[in-house]
Amino acid sequence: MGENAAVAVRGLRKSYGKVDAVKGVDFEVRPGEVFGFLGPNGAGKTTTINMLCTLVNPTGGGATVAGHDVVRERDEVRRNIGLVFQDPTLDGYLSAEQNLRFHAELYGVPKSVVGDRIRQVMEMVALWDRKDAKVMTFSGGMKRRLEIARGLLHSPRVLFLDEPTVGLDPQTRSAIWGYINQLRLMEDITIFMTTHYMDEAEYCDRIAIIDHGEIVVIDSPEALKASVGEDRVQIQTADDTAAIEALRERFGLEAAVRDGAVTFAVPSGEEFVPRLFAELGMPIRSVSVSRPSLDDVFMSYTGSTIRDAEAGGDTMAWARAMARR
Amino acid sequence: MAAETISVRVPARSAGHDLRAIKIVLHREMLRFVNDRTRMVSMLTQPVLWLFVMGTGLGSLVQGSIPGIDYRTFMFPGMISMTVIMTGMFSAGSIVWDREFGFLREMLVAPVSRGAIVVGKCLGGAIVATGQGVVILAMAGLVGVPYSPTLFLTLLAEMFLAAFTITAFGVMLAARMKNMQTFFGLMQMAIMPMMFLSGAMFPLANLPSWLHVLTVVNPMTYAVDPMRQAVFAHLDVPAQVNAVLNPGVTWFGQQVPVLLELGVVAALGAALLGVGIAQFRRAE
Repeated sequence: MGENAAVAVRGLRKSYGKVDAVKGVDFEVRPGEVFGFLGPNGAGKTTTINMLCTLVNPTGGGATVAGHDVVRERDEVRRNIGLVFQDPTLDGYLSAEQNLRFHAELYGVPKSVVGDRIRQVMEMVALWDRKDAKVMTFSGGMKRRLEIARGLLHSPRVLFLDEPTVGLDPQTRSAIWGYINQLRLMEDITIFMTTHYMDEAEYCDRIAIIDHGEIVVIDSPEALKASVGEDRVQIQTADDTAAIEALRERFGLEAAVRDGAVTFAVPSGEEFVPRLFAELGMPIRSVSVSRPSLDDVFMSYTGSTIRDAEAGGDTMAWARAMARR
Repeated sequence: MAAETISVRVPARSAGHDLRAIKIVLHREMLRFVNDRTRMVSMLTQPVLWLFVMGTGLGSLVQGSIPGIDYRTFMFPGMISMTVIMTGMFSAGSIVWDREFGFLREMLVAPVSRGAIVVGKCLGGAIVATGQGVVILAMAGLVGVPYSPTLFLTLLAEMFLAAFTITAFGVMLAARMKNMQTFFGLMQMAIMPMMFLSGAMFPLANLPSWLHVLTVVNPMTYAVDPMRQAVFAHLDVPAQVNAVLNPGVTWFGQQVPVLLELGVVAALGAALLGVGIAQFRRAE
C-alpha cells in the first residue's frame, strides 16, 4: 500500500445482513488528484464513502485516509477530511454564516482565522453577499455551494463529494465544477467524488467504475476510452433482428439492441457507413456514429448502460437506505 | 477573490476543543429557540392555562379545606416544573429533527467526542427550559408568592437541575428515534403520568397506598417537591394546611431531606446523560 496515498483501500467490504453492498474493493487515490467513483445508483458508492469517512464500520478489509486508519484512528481521519453529503446537512433556521461558524467551532478552527477563512470560502462559492440569509431561503444549488464551502472550511486534505451535482440544473452543475477546478489550483487538496453522470466523470483525473459492489476497472478517462477503442455505430431499421443477422453474415460484426437501436462497434465509423448502406441489403432509416464515450466504456466493462443498470438496481436500494441512516 | 489561501490546521483533540464544541452546540440551541417565537409562546400556554384556569376553578372548590392560602399558590411550583419539563423535552426532540434533516450527520462526523455534543445539547436544553421557567417565575406575585431573592435563586437552581435531567432523559429517548411523530407520541406518554404523579397538580398527602407508591418511584416528584418546599418556606401558612399541601416525600415513614431529593435528581440526570452518550457512541 502506498505510503503517500491520500486514500488507500484494501479488500474493503460491507454487508447489511445478507446483502453485500460493497464486496471487497481495492484502490488508491494519489495526493492532489480528482478521483471519481462512477457507477449506477445502488452500486455501493455511498457505502464506500461512508466507510472512508468513518461513519460506517467496514465488515472486512481496511482503508487509510490521509495516512490514518478509518477504524482505529477515527478522529485523525475526521480532522483531515471534508464532506459534502448527497442529502443536505445544513440547519435551515440558521444563517449561512452561522452554519459555517458552527462548523468552524466544531472542528476547532483557530479563532484568529475563523472570520477570514469563512469569508474566503464563501466568496469562492459566490455566497458572501448572502451570508446573513437563513439557509432555508436558499435554492438547492445555493445549499450545495454552501456545503462545499463548509466542507473546505477547515482546509481538509481530502474532500469527499457524494454526488455533488445530483438534482441540480445544468447551469448550477457547471458552476459547481468551476469551483472544484478552481479549488484544485488554490488549495493543496485531494478530491474523492462519486457520480453517476458520465459527462462529469470526464473532469476526473482517474475514475473507478463500480458495479454491484465491485470495482470493474480504474484508469484515466482517456485511457479507458482508448481501451474501448472502436467507434460506435447505431442504426434504426424496420426489423432489428434481421439487421443483427445481416450484420453478422455480411460483415462479421456482433451487434445488439442498445437504447432502442441496433448498436455495434467498428474501428472507423465514418468509412464504414457507405459500405453499410451498399451491402446490408435492407433499408436503414437512420444512422449515427459516435466516438467512444464513457457510456461506451461503462457498457463495455459492465455489459449494460448506466441507465439499464439503474433500472435493475432495486435490490440495492434497501442496502442504500440502511447505509444512509 | 483573496489571493492568499488561508490555511487552517485542525488541532488535535483536547479538552479545550471539546469545550468549544459544547459551547457551539449550546449556542445553536439558544439561537434556534430565540428564533422560534411560536414555540416560546406555545410552551407557556399550557402551564398558564393550568395555573390560572384550572387553578382558579379548582381553587374555588377546595377553598374551605385550605384556609389562608390560594390553591394557585400551591400549584405554582408545579407549573414551573411543568414548563421546564416540557421545554426541556422539546429541546431534546430537536435531535430527532436534526436527524431527519441531516444536520445530525454534520455533528456526528466532526472530530469531537460524542459526549461533547450530547452535553452541549443537554446544557442548551436546560438553559432554554430554565429561561422559560423564569417567565412563569415572574408571575409569582399574581398567585401570592413573594418576590424574595433567596427564594428565586433557590428556584432557579432547582429549575436548572430539573431541566438538565429531563433534557438528558429526552436525549436518551431521541438517540434512536427516526421521526418526530414517534418522539412526541412517546414524550406525551412519558410526561403525562409523570406530571400527574409528581404532586404538581394535587398534594401527595393522604393518598391511597398504591398511588403513594407510584408517586414515590416517580423521579419527577423529587424535582417538584424541593421547589414547593422552597415556596412554602417563604409563606405564612397554618401548620395543618402546610401538612396537607406540602407533606414532603417520605421513604418508609421517614421524611426525605431536600438535599437528598436534589441528589436523586442530579444522580438520575448524570445516569441518563451517560446512557445518552453511550447510545450515540454505539449508533455509528
